[in-house]
Amino acid sequence: MTESQSMRTPLRRVRGLGSAHSGTNHFWYQRVTSVAGIPLTIGLLVIITALLGRSHAAVVQILGSPIVAIIMLLFIINTAYHMWIGMQEIILDYVHDDRWKLLSLMANTFFVFGVSLASIYAILKLSFGV
Amino acid sequence: MAKLEAGTPMEMQRARPLSPHLQIYRPMLTMMMSIVHRITGSALYIGMLLLAWWLIAAASGPNAYANVEWFMGSLIGQLVLFGYTWALLHHMLGGIRHLIWDTIHGFEPAERELLTLATLTGSIALTLILWVVGYLVMGGPR
Repeated sequence: MTESQSMRTPLRRVRGLGSAHSGTNHFWYQRVTSVAGIPLTIGLLVIITALLGRSHAAVVQILGSPIVAIIMLLFIINTAYHMWIGMQEIILDYVHDDRWKLLSLMANTFFVFGVSLASIYAILKLSFGV
Repeated sequence: MAKLEAGTPMEMQRARPLSPHLQIYRPMLTMMMSIVHRITGSALYIGMLLLAWWLIAAASGPNAYANVEWFMGSLIGQLVLFGYTWALLHHMLGGIRHLIWDTIHGFEPAERELLTLATLTGSIALTLILWVVGYLVMGGPR
């Protein structure tokens, strides 16, 4: 157990990132995004409830107003990171075949980027109205 | 040693005792809610498509928005939205439960049962309240 017997270099040990090369990074950010997700989800539900049954013109005006748009953008960015980590965890738990694992990890990234960027673009378009 | 064994074909490996697996245990509430947390998470993942569709339609124009309104107002759309509301609230309350557990509190048998039961009943109650509020916002009984 003495230092001299360890195969690890001092840099490796001091970084403390382990074999996954990113340490507990994902574990920590899943907690950060879940804490942030509580007020943002409540915000989303309030916004959607307030928009129920309104005309298209009214919905466009409200979704494009600064506070509403900022809450929506924060919700989408926060959720994108949270769902990306979460789905990656599910894939790593259940998909053992290397090819399928890599393909599903890629598909996860593509899906999250596609859906969240599309949503962000829509909100920005509603906000700046081009 | 472990690396060598990982590379050997299946038939060459000795039959090893398996650790007790899911079907061995009697289903418990905490265990079921753990699984449901993953299932609701996956459902919400796919459900982000609905949010994106709604936002893109609103940004596209009245015709596209009318299509979304038609779908969301249909029986299937309403069922999907109701399920989505419950999944979102259940995942949020389940997340709060996990955050409490992260602080190493609430692990006593009675406490964890209470927390788990609170997640389930809380999510159902909140979903119903939200839908009643939504129904009233929409104009109530017509």
